[in-house]
Amino acid sequence: MKISFSRWLGTISILFGILAWGLIAHLSGLPKFILPSPVDVWTRLLKSLADGSLLYHTSVTLLEIMLGLLVGVTCATVLGYLLAKSRSLEKILSPYLVASQAIPIVAIAPLLVIWLGQGMLSKVVICALIVFFPVLVNTVVGVRAVPPALYDMMNSLRASRWQVMTKLEVPASLPVLLGGLRIGATLSVIGAIVGELVDAKEGLGFLLKVGDFQYDTSMVFVAVMMLVALALSLYGIVTVLEKRFLKWQQTTP
Amino acid sequence: MKPSPILTVKDLSVVFPDSNGGLHALENISFEVCPRDFICFLGPSGSGKTTLLKILASLLQPTTGEINFSGNRRPEVGMVFQQSNLMPWRTVMDNIKLPLELDGVGESEARAKASEMIDLVGLNGFEDSWPRDLSGGMAQRVGIARALIHDPDLLLLDEPFASLDALTRERMWTELSRIWQAKQKTVIMVTHSINESLFLADRVLVLTQRPGKIKLDVEVDLPRPRKDDIRYTPHFGKLARKLRDAIE
Ligand SMILES: Nc1ncnc2c1ncn2[C@@H]1O[C@H](COP(=O)(O)OP(=O)(O)OP(=O)(O)O)[C@@H](O)[C@H]1O
Ligand SMILES: [Mg+2]
Repeated sequence: MKISFSRWLGTISILFGILAWGLIAHLSGLPKFILPSPVDVWTRLLKSLADGSLLYHTSVTLLEIMLGLLVGVTCATVLGYLLAKSRSLEKILSPYLVASQAIPIVAIAPLLVIWLGQGMLSKVVICALIVFFPVLVNTVVGVRAVPPALYDMMNSLRASRWQVMTKLEVPASLPVLLGGLRIGATLSVIGAIVGELVDAKEGLGFLLKVGDFQYDTSMVFVAVMMLVALALSLYGIVTVLEKRFLKWQQTTP
Repeated sequence: MKPSPILTVKDLSVVFPDSNGGLHALENISFEVCPRDFICFLGPSGSGKTTLLKILASLLQPTTGEINFSGNRRPEVGMVFQQSNLMPWRTVMDNIKLPLELDGVGESEARAKASEMIDLVGLNGFEDSWPRDLSGGMAQRVGIARALIHDPDLLLLDEPFASLDALTRERMWTELSRIWQAKQKTVIMVTHSINESLFLADRVLVLTQRPGKIKLDVEVDLPRPRKDDIRYTPHFGKLARKLRDAIE
């Protein structure tokens, strides 16, 4: 009884939040373009679903995020692995890596859009850049933390370089790597939106700007909620991956 | 007549680089090992026992001296480490079959062999357990099964039972004796315990305090199989005293 109640606590809390929002919107008497009520937003959501615009722009942003994640995570894990294995490579590259982190991505986003155009490419690159660093750092930390004794064990069995990587280094650093991916997944949504806000013809960021421009505040709310849903889904996917691959870590109750 | 040795170590020395002229871990070690020998190395902490095993497993290069394996090829080695060294992300079954995986043995064959090994070390029912759920003794037995599964020519054991309670340890001695006799392996084992070496070995070599040199080389001519009460025989007592005197 108590368990089933606590399971509903989250839902109840959300319902209360929406109710409070509705009350404030109603009682304050603010115009719709400043604070739309839940009903306004709901109607706008249904409308944008019906004319297909919401799904279209969401799919554009999602594609940018996915490509950005793919590129960012791939580059970060490969480079991170090499850095972890070679102290001299680390010495050569770390000044650039640290400096690159000091540049706020928001500040160079306009530059990237100028260089790479207002199309999808600039958004994918911004997204990849923002994902890159946390995944890189976690890869380096993860690979460095592989116990030396396990290397000895693998070498005593005459494992090849490839076997050491696939059967020891990858699984041993996976917990830390997935931790980086979890941070990266949430950041990737920010990266795509920052790019779209600078200049774009499609995507949720574009929808945000149009809504803002036309005083269609309900539309802005819908777009923001869609972004939250995207970020939460990505986070959820990483959590599922962790459950799947890190079973050995979970403490059985 | 003695069979020809499968392993000859000659004038082996190891110096680890450090700030004041190098740390001499091993000095002028020479010995021979014959097939199916069970040899124990006994010595105080820091006398270079682990270092010696690592060299025999080619995990470390000696500073000077040479190691020759008969036929001039490095034998298949099965090593049990001072800590059990299991992969925490693999189940008992998957840890044990790792050496076969590395050799490219097919999955079903590997599983069948691993089940046999699980039988041998008495871990039935724990095939799918994670290492974190095993007791120290069970983990050590997984390590032993993993070291045996690919049928290595040479078994290297680094204080495999040091972390176990006395009761489990003595049971493991019996099991190891049985495995050694059943599988006809050559075993080189490192230990701190005089009793352990006398229960198990054909020969005990005593290393000195750093730098490790061979101080004593004793044949253990106690009859096999050795039961627990063998320690009350006068001959056992005599050998034990000899070893204790050598260790200081
Ligand atoms: N990789 C290394 N670099 C530097 N010194 C080392 C290294 N490995 C071992 N040593 C040193 O060599 C000496 C012998 O170490 P070793 O681990 O072989 O001793 P051991 O006889 O196995 O000791 P214990 O019984 O405590 O396990 C020690 O003084 C140790 O500090
Ligand atoms: Mg040791």
